[in-house]
Amino acid sequence: MTAEQTASAEALVAARAAARSAELPRAWRLAGLAVVLATACVLPLVLTGFLVFQFTLVLVYAIALLGLNMLTGFNGQISLGHGAFYALGAYTTAIMIDRWHVPYAWTIPAAGVVCLVVGFLFGIPALRLEGIYLALATFALALSVPQIFKYFDEWTGGSQGIVLSKPKPPWGLPISADQWLYYFTLAVMIILFVLGWNLLRGRTGRAIMAIRDNPIAAEAMGVNNALYKSLTFGVSACYTGIAGALSALSIAFVAPDTFNIFLSITFLVGIVIGGLGSISGAIFGALFTQFVPNYAQDISKAAPWAIYGIFLILFMYVMPRGVAGAIRMLWRLARQRPRG
Amino acid sequence: MRSKNTFLALALTLALALPYGMAWAADPGVTATEIKIGNTNPYSGPASAYGTIGKAIGAYFKKVNEEGGINGRKINFITYDDAYSPPKTVEMVRKLVEQDQVLLVFQPLGTPSNSSIHKYMNEQQVPQLFVATGATKWNDPKGHPWTMGWQPNYQTEGKIYAAYLLKNIPNAKVGILYQNDDYGKDYVKGFKDGLGDAAKKVIVMEQTYEVTDPTVDSQIVNLKNSGANVFFNVTTPKFAAQAIKKAFEIGWKPTHFVNNVSASVGAVLKPAGLEASQGLITSQYLKDPTDPQWKNDKAYLDWLAFMKKYYPDGDLTDGGNVFGYSVAQTMVQVLKQCGNDLSRANVMKQAANLKDFEVPMLLPGIKINTSPTDFAPIEQERLVKFDGKEWVGFSEIYDGSKMK
Repeated sequence: MTAEQTASAEALVAARAAARSAELPRAWRLAGLAVVLATACVLPLVLTGFLVFQFTLVLVYAIALLGLNMLTGFNGQISLGHGAFYALGAYTTAIMIDRWHVPYAWTIPAAGVVCLVVGFLFGIPALRLEGIYLALATFALALSVPQIFKYFDEWTGGSQGIVLSKPKPPWGLPISADQWLYYFTLAVMIILFVLGWNLLRGRTGRAIMAIRDNPIAAEAMGVNNALYKSLTFGVSACYTGIAGALSALSIAFVAPDTFNIFLSITFLVGIVIGGLGSISGAIFGALFTQFVPNYAQDISKAAPWAIYGIFLILFMYVMPRGVAGAIRMLWRLARQRPRG
Repeated sequence: MRSKNTFLALALTLALALPYGMAWAADPGVTATEIKIGNTNPYSGPASAYGTIGKAIGAYFKKVNEEGGINGRKINFITYDDAYSPPKTVEMVRKLVEQDQVLLVFQPLGTPSNSSIHKYMNEQQVPQLFVATGATKWNDPKGHPWTMGWQPNYQTEGKIYAAYLLKNIPNAKVGILYQNDDYGKDYVKGFKDGLGDAAKKVIVMEQTYEVTDPTVDSQIVNLKNSGANVFFNVTTPKFAAQAIKKAFEIGWKPTHFVNNVSASVGAVLKPAGLEASQGLITSQYLKDPTDPQWKNDKAYLDWLAFMKKYYPDGDLTDGGNVFGYSVAQTMVQVLKQCGNDLSRANVMKQAANLKDFEVPMLLPGIKINTSPTDFAPIEQERLVKFDGKEWVGFSEIYDGSKMK
């Protein structure tokens, strides 16, 4: 081994150690996870119906944000058009329930598959576009999809949309429809988060991130960039589509006006606020997406979006790497203090 | 932080609400001193121009409160922004009903927004009163007994043009341009119903456009070439302006009916060209605040004084402020009729029991009538013609409820 090699190997070990110390230790993480899960399970039992409904939307947003984060945070492809996949998922569910009377639980995986396929196919031409150009192409997608749905009004109900019935709790469970929907959404979310975590921490995840960090090096290491990028696009769309399907169930109404361009931008804001390239960031982002606009309205009726803007700037200024990044940084500071 | 605050707020609300809730066992939202009314409006987003309606309503309720309220009760008007997005409407209306515990939801704005809460309101049996949309489906007392519209609906308006046409234009050959969605189809259905058997003979061409189309120029050329001498123009403001302009440019001079949706002088006729707009016919039910004929009208002066005192930022040329003022007066009338029985059921009963109620800023002769089988409060309109400067009334009042 030459001196240079030794040096670079040492640097690598040091870098790994630094990366590890930046992360919370496993026991802490598990404990945190247990607390979050327990809170999530108890929440609907202590809150009123309306708040349960709001938290169901938080779970829905968290799924959508994880989907977008896979693409943008982990793979480095910017999408301004995930509202389109959210819409596609919502309409898939709504049409299957409304037209074909399919039990609602089956429509969720169906929406996922539809969006996976469409996302993958969209991912292929999108390969030629990078950065801001991809953002524009996906922006076009978000703009056009609601109008396309309006056009097929025999299926989609046109601009009037489709009114659905809220699913009732099965097996005679003594809970309300809101509570049932919350637990149903929570279950789907846990499954998707575990799958996502598995996907991102292994070989596939490393390849996805390598493409983001240095596509040429990734290619040289034998990563099939084209395939991975399209696949990431597909999986990302699949997650967001499932979120859209769940939103259709909890809102019980689907119409083109729901999926305006602002929705896509809200998603992007959500992942940046939550923390790019972080799984837990999706949850923080979802909380922000759901509650900050309402909170802004409570503060000022006259200029809620100005207040929202101030929040946004504050968040970006105080936590440039999102909430998840800020927690990681705080942990690092807390560890360093006793030594220094 | 946020959830802690919510808990605190919740606990406080409960603590405050309980004693009253026991004293006034009937329905939520009513105490000895207060009536809670909920509302959503697009204060932001694509339709935020309509937000002025919500502000005018709030201002009017403030006036009512300052003058002593209704039977000693003050109106607590809680209004939220839904940005014209149906999920936000659902969220905010659920907040109003479940958390703020309003007696009723008044004047949510927009067809999709109201569609998204239609089922919920009727399942919860909470009045969804005087919704701000012209769709015809709000008049459904049997299927949706807790929902009621206010303004004349699109079908009624279509029928009124048909009635005028049958009476005044012999040998009419009608060309129709309409937006290819429920709004456009609603108008065309009313128009055809109004024409009855004559519809097949009279209508020579129907053209449609999508909201996404850049222009309607080719449709206008087609309509001209069809030989039509009457043009029924069912378009939203941007397309209405295009259609008026194009028809003028290619020298097509039919009797031109433009729907009330696009009757704004500022937003439609000026961009289309005032010369091109001469002779246009539309329908009206409210007094136009820019129309000089009302300059000395008592109702107009009252409205003006109200605006200056309670909504000084409001635009005095914006018909939305007349709309909000008038619909709020209708709401107050219903609450007055309720007397001390402010249950949700009685609110609906009284809303369906308005008899020849006159709202000052409605055109003279137009009265509000409802019944348990008629949930369409305003069904009368008159036709007005554009003289190059302003709309001038020229027809009698047409009553859509008397046309089948």
